[in-house]
Amino acid sequence: MADPLRFRDDEPADEPAVTLDAFLDQPDAVSVRIEGGDDVRKLIPAFARLRLVEIDFPRFRDGRGYSSARILRESGYTGEIKAVGDVLLDQLLFMRRCGFDSFAPDHPIDPAAAERAFNAYPAVYQQAADGEVPVWKLRHG
Amino acid sequence: MKIITGNDLKTGAVIWWAGDGWSPHVEDSVDVGETGETLLARETAALRVNGGYVVEATQTPEGIRPDHIKERIRALGPTVRLDLSLKPADPTAGDWVI
Amino acid sequence: MYRYDQYDQAIVDARVAEFRDQVARRIAGEMNDDQFKPLRLKNGLYLQLHAYMLRVAIPYGTLNSKQVRKLAHIARTYDRGYGHITTRQNIQYNWIKLEQAPDILAELATVEMHAIQTSGESIRNISADQYAGAAADEICDPRAWAELLRQYTTFHPEFSYLPRKFKIAITAADDDRAAIKLHDVGLKIVRNAAGELGFEVYVGGGMGRTPFVAPLIRPFLPADRICSYLEAVLRVWNRHGRRDNIHKQRIKILVHDLGGEEFTRQVEAEWQAIAPQMDDIPMKEFDRIAAYFTPPAFETGLSDEIDLSDPDFARWVKHNVHAHKQPGYAIATISLKAIGEIPGDISADQIDVVADLTERYSLDDLRATHAQNLVLPHVRKSDLYTVWQILRDHDLATASLDLVTDIIACPGLDYCSLANARSIPIAQKIADRFAAYDVQNDLGELKIKISGCINACGHHHVGHIGILGVDRKGTENYQLLLGGSGAEDASLGKITGPGFDEDGIVDAVGRTIDKYRAIRADGERFLDTYRRVGFEPFKEAIYG
Repeated sequence: MADPLRFRDDEPADEPAVTLDAFLDQPDAVSVRIEGGDDVRKLIPAFARLRLVEIDFPRFRDGRGYSSARILRESGYTGEIKAVGDVLLDQLLFMRRCGFDSFAPDHPIDPAAAERAFNAYPAVYQQAADGEVPVWKLRHG
Repeated sequence: MKIITGNDLKTGAVIWWAGDGWSPHVEDSVDVGETGETLLARETAALRVNGGYVVEATQTPEGIRPDHIKERIRALGPTVRLDLSLKPADPTAGDWVI
Repeated sequence: MYRYDQYDQAIVDARVAEFRDQVARRIAGEMNDDQFKPLRLKNGLYLQLHAYMLRVAIPYGTLNSKQVRKLAHIARTYDRGYGHITTRQNIQYNWIKLEQAPDILAELATVEMHAIQTSGESIRNISADQYAGAAADEICDPRAWAELLRQYTTFHPEFSYLPRKFKIAITAADDDRAAIKLHDVGLKIVRNAAGELGFEVYVGGGMGRTPFVAPLIRPFLPADRICSYLEAVLRVWNRHGRRDNIHKQRIKILVHDLGGEEFTRQVEAEWQAIAPQMDDIPMKEFDRIAAYFTPPAFETGLSDEIDLSDPDFARWVKHNVHAHKQPGYAIATISLKAIGEIPGDISADQIDVVADLTERYSLDDLRATHAQNLVLPHVRKSDLYTVWQILRDHDLATASLDLVTDIIACPGLDYCSLANARSIPIAQKIADRFAAYDVQNDLGELKIKISGCINACGHHHVGHIGILGVDRKGTENYQLLLGGSGAEDASLGKITGPGFDEDGIVDAVGRTIDKYRAIRADGERFLDTYRRVGFEPFKEAIYG
């Protein structure tokens, strides 16, 4: 059964994610796990083989992963970015906006509640990684 | 003695553990000994208290008196707005706090 | 002032609905307090010493009369009949019930107000010069930029779980009335040699445990690049700010640890990386916002005469009235520092009186100041006497702006669970001692600021005289600081020595002021005398 918290059409990468250092050392690795202090720009040269970036949230209040995801998207990465760990319903929308397209929370999140969360706001003030048109653009065409 | 204080989840009102439930009055407090944390965990999970913690207090002839001024202000109300405190009619109520 | 369009309103309404759902889930036990706390803080709801406290945003300190009346209504209906103006131009209510908080936010939304990001590790209310749009010395009205930035920083998806809070202040005059150098980001609007509009960008100011005056990171940033540049600043801090010790997580720590030069280098590098992807908000949008901040319909041909034959009125004019850029108008400060009252507190009845004055006598424009007062920015000089009489009748006319009794004091241990000591009684005792007008007038500008704990919400680091409440073996104790300033000549106060008890600190302030009187030169403010003679003469006077 498809993962209800995965918002991609392609097949998930089925290789386990390795650390950033290991990924850079292993030319055939396709999945990497990013911790808060890792510099995701080191992945840029490897985008061609990279299929999955897991970004770990050991504590939901540690917001470094949001910047990591956004930097990846800004740098042209189109593979999967998965939020892992202390991920709660109330963070899903902003994570999605920053470029996360799958979620593996420590505690299950009701997919219907997630759907409501994603649709909670009719408009956004900022450009982000999700392509939503910000209000200032809507105002002026 | 050790007593427990917290806030009512829905209203935010300051409450004190009175043994069989929560009271707005510090003088109803009971000594919880070393059972405070367990008690708090149970009451918090049951949604009967929020933000609770254990407080050192002393039994005095006038009643239970928290050892630290912060909890005495918590028990009474703002010393600068005694009209909003638990003892609005008593102009000397602030003396108990200091 | 700015008016919401359909998008602004829809966003605020959505936030109310989202919070209502979050509160319901909390009350039903679907979330514990650890999970709920950041969410309620994002809506300005604290759990405080006596009850929940709600901090309502007053963006760049600006209100219209309809909003002011709503604030009175909330004080009456949901609280205990009063509110408190804060050192970030917001208003706080101290006796809120969680179960009513969604209704309060819904009511605020009907008048284009909210409590979004007024606490927690968020980008907070952007504060501005309280005389914006009225003072003659500003380049332009900074509030249009403040509104642009307010929208840009609201629900920013990348920066909602920052290491700590983040405070921005903006001014457009050389006189810094917004204390920009004591903020995480301080912006001063300037023109370069070519006449182009831009910002001086200061990053890394702040008070608290480790106070810093912000270094200048960028002497000139073209105005239309402010959003992308701020994005770079926030991203560098979000990625590299400490997360291991809550007392070391503000951006000022990162700036200090890296040094201004390295921090700037990292910001500029990130900005170069961002710039290709990020459209800065176009000037069309800025112009749309700025149109709400064009000067109001001032009357012309008005008299500049003020009849000062009433001596009490004359005193109020001397101290509380500031020159306006438009002939015939004046800027009037409403003092919330009545002797014996609580600094910054205002009752619901007083709020309603202020609403009427705002509508009738100030072109429907009111400001909150970071010194915990209010300002009517556009009063005709011919109306000043009427305004003063009404203020006087409601205990709002203390003629003391920037004088010794115009004290900034945080709520302190009477209200705040973070505090170590009570601050309000100290403020009241000092105000009492120096209440006589002749004494105040003689002392002149003397800014006393009192904080009940090291978090420094009372801004004690930048008081000419600062007082910090500490806990000394379970009892309240107070440290005295001298020589701070939050203005363009920003400086941090210096601790004089051992602390004092409640009566002792008031006496120590008395000895400090006596020393000032004894050695001051003609026309010197306290701060000037202190800077001229230094610390030692005062230390000796205080400790003997």
